[in-house]
Amino acid sequence: MNTIDIMNAVEKDKSVNPQQTEFNSTEAQVQQSNTAFVPQFDTATTTKKPKSTEVKISTKDVHVYYGDSEAIKGIDIDIYKNEVIAFIGPSGCGKSTFLRTLNRMNDTIDSCRVTGKVTLDSQDIYDPNLDVVLLRAQVGMVFQKPNPFPKSIFDNVSYGPKLHGLARDKYDLEEIVENSLRKAGLWDEVKDRLSQPGTGLSGGQQQRLCIARTIAVSPEVILMDEPCSALDPIATAKIEELISDLSEQFTIAIVTHSMQQAARVSDRTAYFHLGDLIEVNATEKVFTQPDHQLTEAYITGRFG
Amino acid sequence: MSSNTSPLDQNVFDPKAAAELREQRKNRIQSSLARRHRKEKTFRIAGFSAVIIGLAFVALLFSSILAKGLPAFWQSSMTVPVYFDPAIINAGAKPKQLPNETPAHFEERFVAWQTEMGMVDWDALIVNGIVSKDPSLESQRDYISSIYTSSESYRLRDMVFADPSLIGTKEDIKFLADANVDVWLAGNIDRSLPDDQQQLDPEVRQLADKLEKQGIIQSTFNTNLFVTPDSRSSPASSGLAGAFMGSLFMMLIVIVISIPIGVASAIYLEEFAPKNVMTDIIEVNINNLAAVPSIVFGLLGAAIFIGWMHLPLSAPLVGGLVLSLMTLPTVIITTRASLKAVPPSIRQAALGLGASKFQTVFHHVLPLALPGIMTGSIIGVAHALGETAPLLLIGMSAFVASVPTTPLDQATALPVQVYLWQGNELRNFFEGRTAAAIIVLLVLLVSLNSLAIWLRKKFEVRW
Repeated sequence: MNTIDIMNAVEKDKSVNPQQTEFNSTEAQVQQSNTAFVPQFDTATTTKKPKSTEVKISTKDVHVYYGDSEAIKGIDIDIYKNEVIAFIGPSGCGKSTFLRTLNRMNDTIDSCRVTGKVTLDSQDIYDPNLDVVLLRAQVGMVFQKPNPFPKSIFDNVSYGPKLHGLARDKYDLEEIVENSLRKAGLWDEVKDRLSQPGTGLSGGQQQRLCIARTIAVSPEVILMDEPCSALDPIATAKIEELISDLSEQFTIAIVTHSMQQAARVSDRTAYFHLGDLIEVNATEKVFTQPDHQLTEAYITGRFG
Repeated sequence: MSSNTSPLDQNVFDPKAAAELREQRKNRIQSSLARRHRKEKTFRIAGFSAVIIGLAFVALLFSSILAKGLPAFWQSSMTVPVYFDPAIINAGAKPKQLPNETPAHFEERFVAWQTEMGMVDWDALIVNGIVSKDPSLESQRDYISSIYTSSESYRLRDMVFADPSLIGTKEDIKFLADANVDVWLAGNIDRSLPDDQQQLDPEVRQLADKLEKQGIIQSTFNTNLFVTPDSRSSPASSGLAGAFMGSLFMMLIVIVISIPIGVASAIYLEEFAPKNVMTDIIEVNINNLAAVPSIVFGLLGAAIFIGWMHLPLSAPLVGGLVLSLMTLPTVIITTRASLKAVPPSIRQAALGLGASKFQTVFHHVLPLALPGIMTGSIIGVAHALGETAPLLLIGMSAFVASVPTTPLDQATALPVQVYLWQGNELRNFFEGRTAAAIIVLLVLLVSLNSLAIWLRKKFEVRW
């Protein structure tokens, strides 16, 4: 398939997009029932984890521009409460950019401009009256490269709660730190050296420290931008396990380059292509019977 | 095999031809290897020689300064028993305020006493002391008074003035030899020159040699260099204290003014200011300011601080302000560079946790940039410490014979003192002093720079 075909396919597919995002709608189910394999996937989805259909984050016609170039070309997607949604797609497809619009991290880039509507619990996060600090306390973020502060492990985790005044006293703070480290699966490894610098940990431990730091603020949503791309397979496995555990409590959106990772950790997968959202569906479906030929081409490794 | 087949072509199936081609390919690479290695070798030699030449110049500079300056840290002096002879100090007792006396009357008596004290033949006390060490010198009293530097008699007067109870007592006091005697004894003047080209009478020269042989004149560590201000009437007692205090006041003013303003503007420009044409213009201008010759800042200071604001001439306050203006661009540029060097991931981490811009900068970015900021500031201050040209234009090259006690007193600065001594007519003596002052200045600069390096090493965070 050459580039022009892909572009045409994208153009054609734009109109279908809104329907695809509502994978639980009866219409989608009717579409799915046309294929023989559908029932299997449905049971797979339900046996894994019953998920809420309460919409946590919703975007309507989101466009992102860097200067004159349009990086995101109108994306509509609903992210449900306590689900893990994976954003996949070839490099430069805008999945990280889109992720960063969800907690307004793009604000820090001067040339970046966002249009459209993004709501968190029906509250427009691009509302000029909304304080971005509050938003980021609600929507935490874990970055591609582990970036602990060059401070002690304790200070790393306690920074957020201190910042927002979440702890009543010192003991409360210590409890928050311990709980966060436990949830991040790091407590047993670091409990004896909380005063040592966080930068002295291994890469995987650093990333879990960053996750602990994020959950110490008790956000509602955690955005993860390729959190395992700098880690070895063992550290990656630990983080993936952690993501599954965390989804009990948090809504998680994860950008990943590894399709296996998306398949392992996510409930739903969204496929991005050149700034467009091509398809969003239950992960099992995306990886076995994608609706769109572009998705299929990508997951079967024909490009990307 | 066709004639246009490249030796690099691997698509040859004849094993013999293939082996030949491999050989050819190897030879090609090998023939270029020699050239490539030669290039690297040439560059290494050139770089190494550049470093050696640079080091040689530094070594030459330091050895010549040390050779000239180190002897100036030792100076001819004599320790003499001084008897505060009441017969010579005949000014009477220090007047006291009488109960029924008007203040004006008391003042009059006090001034009269001061005048009497000034009339006392203080030199006689010193000469008596020297003669008491060798009675055979009795006949040469006139020449003896040329041996020590002229300010020493005033020193005795001031001692008695401050403490009249000294009268009638005996005390060992160290006197500095006259500058010319010091030059003569140190061998800094050609001894074979005829009398009319010598600065001392033949009798004084002989006397100096004799006293040195007797051990009355000795070479001792020159503490005066550090505790007294400049002096023209008595060059032997001239020191750096005045210039040092002047420089110190200026450095304090530079630190207090240029570092807070420079760091604050750098933080604002780098972290908070919107990136637009206005900030671009400001940035270009700051970079240009850093390249403005320092003497221009002197002109600016003379026009604004002295001409317009009427601040006192020759004051360290004005000097400090001018040097602050000069240091400001350096501080801003180095601070911005060290802020830029803080990895963006740290900013993102803090922002992602919900820290405000201000908290991100002050909790995370600034502490990480601090070693760089300190280094830049210290190097800026060190640069200001060594600056001479702008100070000449605001009157800080005047001869000041007192140690300044406030930034508004007249003062000079260390590098300016070097410049003044270098131009002094008593060259034989001041050549050593100049080099000694340069050594003091260099020691200060080197210690400031070492402090900067130490701070950077101590607080540097490794990633």
